[in-house]
Amino acid sequence: MPSPYILDRTSVTVVMAWVLAALLPGIGVYVWLFGPGILLTLSIATVTAVAAEAGMLKARGYPIKPFLGDLSAVVTAWLLALSLPSLAPWWLIVTGTLFAIVVAKHLYGGLGQNVFNPAMVGYAVLIVSFPVQMTQWAGPLELTATPLGIGQSAAIIFGADVPKSLLDAVTMATPLDTLRTGLLQQHTVDEVVRQPIFGYLGGTGFEWLAAAFLLGGLLLWALRIISWQVPLAFLVGVWLTAGFLHFFDAGRFGAPWFHVFAPSVMLGAFFIATDPVSGATTPRGKVVFGLGAGFLTIVIRTWGGFPDGVAFAILLMNLCVPLIDQYTQPRVYGEVRKEPRA
Amino acid sequence: MSRPLFQFKGGVHPPGHKAESNTRPIHAAPLPKKLVIPLRQHIGNPAKPVVSVGDHVRKGQIIGEADGYISTAVHASSSGIVTAVDLQPVPHVSGLADLCVTIETDGRDEWVAREPLDLGAPPAELRMRLRDLGIVGLGGAVFPSAVKLDPGAAQVCPTLIINGGECEPWITCDDVLMRHFADEILQGVAVMRLLLGSSEILIGIEDNKPEAIAAMQAAAAKLDFAVEIVAVPARYPAGGAKQMIETLTGKQVPSGKLSTDIGIQVFNVGTARALARAACHGEPLISRLVTVTGHVLRPQNFEVLIGTPMHTLITLAGERDGNTGVLMGGPMMGVPMPNLDVPVVKATNCVLVKSKELFPPLPKALPCIRCTRCADACPAELQPQELFRFAKAGDFGRAQEYHLFDCIECGCCSYVCPSHIPLVDFYRYAKSEIWAREKDKRASDLARERHEFRQFRIEREKKEKAEKLAAKAQAKRAELAAGADTATPAAADADANAKKALIAAALARAQAKKDEVAPKNIDNLSPDTRHEIEEIEARRAKIRELARQPLESEEKNS
Repeated sequence: MPSPYILDRTSVTVVMAWVLAALLPGIGVYVWLFGPGILLTLSIATVTAVAAEAGMLKARGYPIKPFLGDLSAVVTAWLLALSLPSLAPWWLIVTGTLFAIVVAKHLYGGLGQNVFNPAMVGYAVLIVSFPVQMTQWAGPLELTATPLGIGQSAAIIFGADVPKSLLDAVTMATPLDTLRTGLLQQHTVDEVVRQPIFGYLGGTGFEWLAAAFLLGGLLLWALRIISWQVPLAFLVGVWLTAGFLHFFDAGRFGAPWFHVFAPSVMLGAFFIATDPVSGATTPRGKVVFGLGAGFLTIVIRTWGGFPDGVAFAILLMNLCVPLIDQYTQPRVYGEVRKEPRA
Repeated sequence: MSRPLFQFKGGVHPPGHKAESNTRPIHAAPLPKKLVIPLRQHIGNPAKPVVSVGDHVRKGQIIGEADGYISTAVHASSSGIVTAVDLQPVPHVSGLADLCVTIETDGRDEWVAREPLDLGAPPAELRMRLRDLGIVGLGGAVFPSAVKLDPGAAQVCPTLIINGGECEPWITCDDVLMRHFADEILQGVAVMRLLLGSSEILIGIEDNKPEAIAAMQAAAAKLDFAVEIVAVPARYPAGGAKQMIETLTGKQVPSGKLSTDIGIQVFNVGTARALARAACHGEPLISRLVTVTGHVLRPQNFEVLIGTPMHTLITLAGERDGNTGVLMGGPMMGVPMPNLDVPVVKATNCVLVKSKELFPPLPKALPCIRCTRCADACPAELQPQELFRFAKAGDFGRAQEYHLFDCIECGCCSYVCPSHIPLVDFYRYAKSEIWAREKDKRASDLARERHEFRQFRIEREKKEKAEKLAAKAQAKRAELAAGADTATPAAADADANAKKALIAAALARAQAKKDEVAPKNIDNLSPDTRHEIEEIEARRAKIRELARQPLESEEKNS
C-alpha cells in the first residue's frame, strides 16, 4: 500500500450529496411557487437514472454498488428534471434521463469520461425533438387560475387524456418565451415586461427560484465543493453581454438583471457549468469557460432558435475544454518563464 | 517578531496527532545485543567498508569510509565484534537488501579517542572532517551536510534557514529536540554560519509547537549573533524545504535549481544538533531521536543508536495487539517496512505502528472526476489531474511537459482526492518509467556508438591493409620490372616451375593437416555398421518426408 496512508473524508459521494443538498432550497421554492408537480418529475427522473445507471454498469462489467453509491446519476437526474417543465409528460422525462445516462455518460466511458454534461445533453435532445412538450410550463401559482395539487399534477404527467382546459389553465409561456415572442411581434421590451409574468428582477416566481439556486450555489462555494471562478464568470458573462446589448438598444434587448435572474442561468452557473468532469480545470480556464458560456447563453437567447440558451452554451463550451485547458496551464512552483505548450 | 510571512500555495490540514508522543520525556533506548549498520545512509556513493569479520571496533570508529565528495563515513554505534559484512534487509523504499556491517556489542560501549574540531581550520578541511564524522541531513533526505555547507563559487550564502517545521502528522522528534536541546542546536547553527558566511539566520517552527518556539527563543537570546525564530502557520507541507523558504522569504526556488542559487541554504534542526556534537565533542553521527508512535502503549521519543532493530523500539514503547504494519516516517510520505528487524538509520525520524482503527484500509479508487481538489492542494502548483491522466495513458512525454519532475511526492493530492486515487503512486510510476527509458536510451546510444566505431575500425583496417598490399605489390612489380630487364626467358620458366612445385607442396601439406584433424570414426567400419547407418539414414529421410506431409494436409484442411 502506497503513501499517503491517510485520506480526507470528502469522497465523491459526499461531494454529490452536497450538490443534491444545495438543490433543496431551489426545489422547496419551486414547490411553493409552482406546485408539487416538480416532485413527480424529480422522482421519475431519479428512478430512471438509477435504473439506467445500474443497467449500464452491469452491462459494462463494473461493480454496481460503489458506482451507484457515488450519487452522480442522481445529480444528473435532478439537474435534468429541474431544467424540464414541471408538467412534462412522463415519457419525456424518461427519454431525456435515459439519453443522459446511457448515451452522454456511459457510452462516453462512464463517470469522469463524459465530454459533455449529461443532463444538458438530455435537455438538448428533448428540446430539439419535442419542442411543443418542452414548452408546456406550469405558470406561477400566483398567476394561474387553478392551483394544482399533486394528484392533478400526476394526472397531467401520466394521463394521456387530460382535458385541454385543465392544461391551458395551468401552463403558461415562461418569461423568456414571452419576451422572445413579444419581440418577434415587434413589441418593445418595455411593452412586453409590463405583463404580469415579469417580476422585479426576473419573472414572477422565477426570480425567487433563481435566488434559491443562488443560495444553494453559495453554500457549495462556501464548502469548497465548487470554485468561485465558473459561477462568477458565467454570471458576469451573462450580465455583461446582456448589459452591452441593453445599453445600446433597450427597446430590443432585455435588461441584464432579467437575464441573470432567470432560474436557468443560476442553475447553470452554480450547478451545471461547475460540473468538474465536462468543465475546464485550470483557474484561468474556468474563467474563460464561464465567460464563454455566459456570452453564448445571451447570444442564443437573442438570436438563436430557442428561448433559452444555457444548455447549448454549456455544451458548446464543453467542446472547447481541451483547448482552454491547454492554453491556460498555470505557472508551476519555481517555473521561471512561461513556455508555450504545443 | 513581526516578520511578514508569505503563503505557499496549496497544502492540507491532516489531523496532527502530535500530543500522543511529545509529552513524554526523551528516553535513551538501551544498547541492543546486535547492531546492523547499513553502509548506504546518505545520498551519494555508499561508504566503503573498512572492517572485516572478527574485527573489534569501538564506539565511533569508522566502519565505512566516505567514497568521493558526495558521500560520508559510517561509524560503529557501540563497541563490539564485527560478525558480518553482508547484505541485510534495510529500511529503504525499494525493500531490497543492502550492504551492512553487523556488530555484536560487548556492552562496554567504549569510545574511540575524539576531540573537538578546530573551527579555525580552513573551511575545506573542516568540511572533510564533517564528512568523516558522518554528518548528514536528518530531515529525511540524508544529504551529506559537508556538501551543503560549501557555499561554492558564490563564497557566501547570505540566508541560512533552520527548519523546525515538522509538518508530518504523528512525528515529534524535532519538536522535543528543540524543547530539550535548543542550546546545542544553536551551537550547530553557529558552525553553519561560520562555514556559509550567512548574515541572516531564520528558524522556522510551525505554530503548533509553542514550547519548542519558547525554548528556541530563550536559547537565541543568549547568542552573540542575531537569529530570528519565526512561527509559521501549521499546514502540511510547511516543513518542506521549498515551502519553508517561500513562507519565510517569499522566494521560490527556480525549477530545476538549488536553493543556494538564490542564496539560501536550509538545514533541519536535528542536523544542527548533530553538527554541534561533531564540532564541540568530535562525536560522529551514531545516534538520533526517533519518534515511536501510533498503535503502541506509550508513544514517545527515543535517543537511538543507529543500527538498533526497530522491533526493539516498538517493544520499548509497548507493543499492542492488532498491529497492521509499520511505517518509517509519517503517514503522508512514510515508507512501509518489510519487517521489524530492519535497523534504525540516519533517515529514521519516526517509527509509526499502524492499526486498523488508526489507518483504515484505503477505499477502492473511483474514476477521476476532474474536480481539481488535487490542484488546489498541490504545493508544487501542478495540475495533478492532468499528470494522472498522462501517467495512466503512458503518455510520459506529456507528463514531463506538465512538470512531472517538479512533483515533490508530498501526497497532498492523494489525501484530498474524493475518488481516493493513489495519485502519487502514478507519478512515481511515471518517473521510474521515464528513468528506465532514459537508461535504456543511454545504453542503446552507447551500443550504437560502439557499433559505429567498430564498423569504422574495420573499414579503417581494411583500408590500411589494402594500402599496405598495394604498396607491397607496387614494390614487387618494380622489382620484377627491374629483374625482367636482365633475366633470360629460360630462367623465368624455371622460376615458374619452382613456384608451381612450391604450391603443390603447400597444398599437400594442407591436405595432410586436414586429414589429421578430420574425425576418423567412420573410416574403419564393419559392413554391418555401415549397413545400419544406411538404414538409419533411410528412416530419417522417410521421417522428414512424413513431417512435411501433415503440414500440407493441415493447410488444405484449414
